Amino acid sequence: MVDCMARVIEQHSLSSDYFMLLLKAPEVTATARPGQFVHVRVTGLSEAALRRPFSIYGADQGVLALIYKTVGRGTEQLARLAAGDTVSVIGPLGNGFPLDCGGRVPILVAGGYGVAPLSFLARRLGRRGVLLVGARRAEDILCACDFADLAWDVRVATQDGSRGERGLVTDLLDACLATSPEASTEIYACGPDGMLRAVGERAVAAGVRAWLSLDKHMVCGVGACLACVQRLRRADGAEWIGRVCHDGPVFEAREIVW
Amino acid sequence: MDRTRLSRRPGVRSAGDRVVNNIDMQVNLGGILMKNPVAVASGTFGYGCEYAGLVDVSRLGAVTVKGVRLQPWPGNPLPRHVEVPGGMVNAIGLQGPGVDGLIRDYLPFLHRADVPVIVNVWGTSEEEYAEVAARLDGVPGVAGVELNVSCPNVKEGGHAFGTDPHTVAALVAAVRRRTRLPLIPKLAPNVPAIAVFARAAEEAGADALSLINTIPAMVIDIETRRPVLANTVGGLSGPAIHPVAVKLVWEASRAVRIPILAMGGISGPEQAIEFMIAGAAAVAVGTANFIDPTTPLRVIAGIEAYCARHGLTSARALTGSVRI
Ligand SMILES: Cc1cc2nc3c(=O)[nH]c(=O)nc-3n(C[C@H](O)[C@H](O)[C@H](O)COP(=O)(O)OP(=O)(O)OC[C@H]3O[C@@H](n4cnc5c(N)ncnc54)[C@H](O)[C@@H]3O)c2cc1C
Ligand SMILES: Cc1cc2nc3c(=O)[nH]c(=O)nc-3n(C[C@H](O)[C@H](O)[C@H](O)COP(=O)(O)O)c2cc1C
Ligand code: FES
Repeated sequence: MVDCMARVIEQHSLSSDYFMLLLKAPEVTATARPGQFVHVRVTGLSEAALRRPFSIYGADQGVLALIYKTVGRGTEQLARLAAGDTVSVIGPLGNGFPLDCGGRVPILVAGGYGVAPLSFLARRLGRRGVLLVGARRAEDILCACDFADLAWDVRVATQDGSRGERGLVTDLLDACLATSPEASTEIYACGPDGMLRAVGERAVAAGVRAWLSLDKHMVCGVGACLACVQRLRRADGAEWIGRVCHDGPVFEAREIVW
Repeated sequence: MDRTRLSRRPGVRSAGDRVVNNIDMQVNLGGILMKNPVAVASGTFGYGCEYAGLVDVSRLGAVTVKGVRLQPWPGNPLPRHVEVPGGMVNAIGLQGPGVDGLIRDYLPFLHRADVPVIVNVWGTSEEEYAEVAARLDGVPGVAGVELNVSCPNVKEGGHAFGTDPHTVAALVAAVRRRTRLPLIPKLAPNVPAIAVFARAAEEAGADALSLINTIPAMVIDIETRRPVLANTVGGLSGPAIHPVAVKLVWEASRAVRIPILAMGGISGPEQAIEFMIAGAAAVAVGTANFIDPTTPLRVIAGIEAYCARHGLTSARALTGSVRI
């Protein structure tokens, strides 16, 4: 983990609400792993404004790539950054996804901006798998071509049926699990809490390991403030309170007490 | 080349990030010897180790760790915080490992870092506060005990003690009997006359005073018409509370002889210097750690530079230098 000033290389919009931000941050990218995140101090907010956490979408040749959705004042301000501006970045933070899936076929389940760390993961896994991606409408499906470029099997669901199957990403997962022998797959998921919970429950029921990246509102991002806690269960059944920023954000589905 | 001589011009930065000015930065906070007057506030720096990759903890004047009671405590449900203009409102609810867990799992790191540790203590009874303090007595690295009598976030303890001067006095006296460690009651900011509480704590045997804690606050989501925090209410911290804190520090410092550790909305050297001018012997950086973890180091350098610029040879000379 380092604290650095990163220069904006470029920024462009992916759809009406989504942007991609490329930053020069070799100190961060040197050790970044898929599933880790960075804590960004958004320029232009008041001096008291907290940092904002974003998953790492890419970390190649000193360039840190983020994909974000404009939802509030921080991300809207972020969208105003232009090449040459600088932002303060702390990272890489968190534990990241395990990269060894023990020869099993990775099934990646993405909701919204959750596709960002999963694309990074697909590029680092070194083997092909299946991407299940869900959204409300076609234009919210991001980065599917990243996976297609890697020759992954990409399956899309939209709630309004404007692309792929009509329905939820968990419907795609049900279909996928029904056809794959349970011991041969490993699930990795990132998206809204409700989706993660549904994915986790299906994985536990099917006896498949699922790595879920939780999205909790954060303050410090390093484990100091206790704002982002999650009830967890150890292998021996004992419960403990983990910090999503420090002990996660990735947890195995069976560890999580919802 | 003699770097010290070269950089003796006031405010001149040396090759590193430290300002070398020959200012005596040491302070004695009621028996706690600090190499500079800048600590970090309880609950905003974890147990030191969390920030160790970003901040050289050994350069801090002191580290105040998150509040502990006798047993491990789970804290409040989520959400535990909300950002507001000028800061944040939190209701973490004093989650912690209990005093024995703290001693076993967290204090060895800070002891190795060679930084005085102030342990923030809370409980639901005088006996609990006293027992926790007694267990900390003699633990390597522990330099003092901050008694949290002012947390707005737990129904079980803290707050009730802080809003009656007799209760504060009785609590300080009870803890005093069980430990030789310097005692620093952390007073509640939401009382009608802080001087009364400050004097009561001093007379009961406090070695220093700490103020201010967060100010009770509430945020409502107007769409759902529900409180944002799971705990309904929380404590406001950050720049928004700084002027309130300056007034309370000034009033308390005029009422007592014991030194004051001031906190509330420090985001750079200016607010820290202001606190010292108002009467504080030392300061603690809180919420600003979350935004820029190097704030305490910037504050140390800024105090040094300010002293040099104003012809002061020690940081102590700043304390209580307000001109009214
Ligand atoms: C580990 C992690 C990874 C993330 N990765 C991404 C990503 O790759 N792309 C992306 O678009 N978003 C991501 N998010 C969510 C992102 O942090 C929030 O959308 C963002 O902080 C909202 O800021 P705002 O000022 O625009 O919103 P506001 O609603 O104005 O924010 C107010 C406060 O709430 C916090 N907040 C609001 N929503 C969230 C949220 N979902 N998670 C955490 N804090 C929140 C903000 O940080 C801020 O303190 C991630 C969150 C986490 C915890
Ligand atoms: C997230 C958070 C947790 C805190 N936890 C404690 C605590 O455990 N004990 C305590 O006495 N004060 C606690 N405080 C109060 C701070 O120590 C400090 O008094 C207050 O935040 C004012 O300083 P600031 O404005 O610089 O943050 C906490 C504050 C915050 C923001
Ligand atoms: S954000 Fe502070 S502990 Fe996770």
